Amino acid sequence: MDMSLMIKGVTKKYGSKVAVENLSFEVNRGEMFGLLGRNGAGKTTTFRLMLGLLKANQGTITWGNVTPVKLTSRTIGYLPEERGLYPKLNVMQQLIYLGRLKGMTKREVKDEVTKWLRQFEALQYENKRMEQLSKGNQQKIQFIASVMHKPELLILDEPFSGLDPININVLKKAVFDLRDQGTTIVFSSHRMDHVESLCENLSILNNGQQVAYGSLQQIKAAYRSRTIRIKADFSLDYLLTLNGVIDVQEEAHETRVVVQTEAIVNAVFEALHNKGNVQLFAVEEPTLHDIFIDKAGSAHA
Amino acid sequence: MRNIGLVLWHTFYTKVVSKTFFFTSFFMILFMSIILNIEAILDFFDDDPETSVYSVAVVDETEEVFGELEHVFDQRDETIHFEQYDSSRVSDEEVYDRYDAMLFIEGTVDHPVAHYEAPSINQSYLPRVLESEIQSIAEEKRIEQSGISEEVIENIAQPITFSLEASDDNARSEAELDQARFFVYILLFVIYFTVLFLGNMIASEVATEKSSRVMELLITSTSPAQQMFGKILGVGLVGLTQYSIIFLVALVTFGMGMDGSLPQVSGNVGQAEQDMIQEASFSIELFLLAFVYFVLGYFLYATLAAMLGSLVTRIEDVGLAVGPMNMLVILALLISMFSLGNPSATITTVTSYIPFFTPMIMFLRVGMGEASSFEMILSFVLLFISIAILMVIATRVYRGGVLLYSQGRLIEMIKRALIVTNREKDN
Repeated sequence: MDMSLMIKGVTKKYGSKVAVENLSFEVNRGEMFGLLGRNGAGKTTTFRLMLGLLKANQGTITWGNVTPVKLTSRTIGYLPEERGLYPKLNVMQQLIYLGRLKGMTKREVKDEVTKWLRQFEALQYENKRMEQLSKGNQQKIQFIASVMHKPELLILDEPFSGLDPININVLKKAVFDLRDQGTTIVFSSHRMDHVESLCENLSILNNGQQVAYGSLQQIKAAYRSRTIRIKADFSLDYLLTLNGVIDVQEEAHETRVVVQTEAIVNAVFEALHNKGNVQLFAVEEPTLHDIFIDKAGSAHA
Repeated sequence: MRNIGLVLWHTFYTKVVSKTFFFTSFFMILFMSIILNIEAILDFFDDDPETSVYSVAVVDETEEVFGELEHVFDQRDETIHFEQYDSSRVSDEEVYDRYDAMLFIEGTVDHPVAHYEAPSINQSYLPRVLESEIQSIAEEKRIEQSGISEEVIENIAQPITFSLEASDDNARSEAELDQARFFVYILLFVIYFTVLFLGNMIASEVATEKSSRVMELLITSTSPAQQMFGKILGVGLVGLTQYSIIFLVALVTFGMGMDGSLPQVSGNVGQAEQDMIQEASFSIELFLLAFVYFVLGYFLYATLAAMLGSLVTRIEDVGLAVGPMNMLVILALLISMFSLGNPSATITTVTSYIPFFTPMIMFLRVGMGEASSFEMILSFVLLFISIAILMVIATRVYRGGVLLYSQGRLIEMIKRALIVTNREKDN
């Protein structure tokens, strides 16, 4: 508990615009935490608050009871969403520069970078200029820049965007390794499958508000709305008149019926009785994707 | 401190090994060598009018002037040859194949009427020499005729003694003034080019880091103030390196081209400079003063440039953002040019206290002996305070500016950057 990241009632405004409002969550040491939200939901602002680049108007952020501004630059590692290093410098040169700014020695940087390049099978790029590398390889170098100083807390803003599936797996493995070594990781993503496969706990932001927070199971359990897939040879539009049915979407081969709570499922089942031939009736577990669309999409829908 | 050093070295190293640095240095050296050896180069392509050989056909009706002319030029060992020419052949077409010019002299020796004819009269040396020679031949003849002795004439023409002295304490002697003017000229241009080149270099350096997003990583390990200082010092060092290289090369070419002697400036135009170099001893105080004003001016403008650079997102916009700064330094140059001729004008005095103009104009006033030591010290204090204030503002703008990726009007951007930076106000 002593080394956990605590975010308590944090509000950040840019002038009159509220970027993050009353945000609270906690990340334990060695945990992987997901921060979800649409573009402009406040994820990058939250990260910048955690890095101490911005100061909250209200609330506190601490890592092991220390505010970010007072942490040494070696404590946190950061992979920004917008990638980019010095295009004209070669890989080793700029990693040495960035590493030394973090307080590492030249020797340390060289050893650590060589280790990572070997793991990424990218040793041959050591003396290449950044602009000569492919996007995937640039991203690997950027990743090395954020982890080479062995940070206790690693912040990854959209770490997998723009990567091919093979590179995603390489990077995912690296992230898992770091977690196993005790690094606390907070990351953001649009890709729900990544979040489901990587993190234990998560928070969903929408327009600066935290709309869901907890473990994956908790969030799913708390999410009461269910989707029923029905395949029938008659029109199902009349289901909309039932109490508790939110939506009826006709698709090519089946119809998706969204209901408010699990209790409504029985009522729908009853309503199909004696209407005709029903080939399929299946209640789906809510996916994170559904929850995300519902929670984060509502305000602008 | 360690981080400032790292940023400094990084900035310096990447700039100095760049192709841009190599080529600008190379061309400046080339330019410098050409300027310093301009005379040798011109001589190579063109004969000096004073040393070339002329031949002049003379149609002399006075029957005396020709002999006198020939006599004078024989004695003076000059390279103008005269030849008697028959007046019946003046219309010959090929006369200019053999002669550079024709000279017709009518009247009498004491009152000659001369007429000069040549294919072109845009070259003034030959007719000028001929005119003054004929003039003195006629004068001599008239003196002889009037019976006045040469002693009397010499006595009349004897020059009087006339010396100059300034009574003001900070006033300068003529030689000192010339030297000061020379220094002021150099400092004006050095500051002007420094601000244009290095200022833009700093601004685009910041904008490049921002647009390539490496800034996002940098700000997590170094404070904005550290980054700014490191960059300003690093780029300043790049400038000093370049100036040193050029200065050394200039010294070397100077030494080689002139066999170690001072440049021989010919004609009346160069007389002042020549006197200055020969008479006035090199003033180390003035040189140091120039250096101090240069350094202070650099810090002031470099801080401004770093602040402006932090506000733009794309490198293409750097030119636009530093526009106002460039206007300032151009204005300073224009006022200085005016002030060189009128160092005591009110506008000179007033502008010498405006921080952005002080390094040029106050130095000019001190150099020209128009400002007291008190004014000089006051200008230092004012410059120091302005640099400190600007640095505080620039750090605040920079801190927020580097996190902003939107575009807007300059004032808008400064406001927005300050809002992002604002750490305490809303608490």
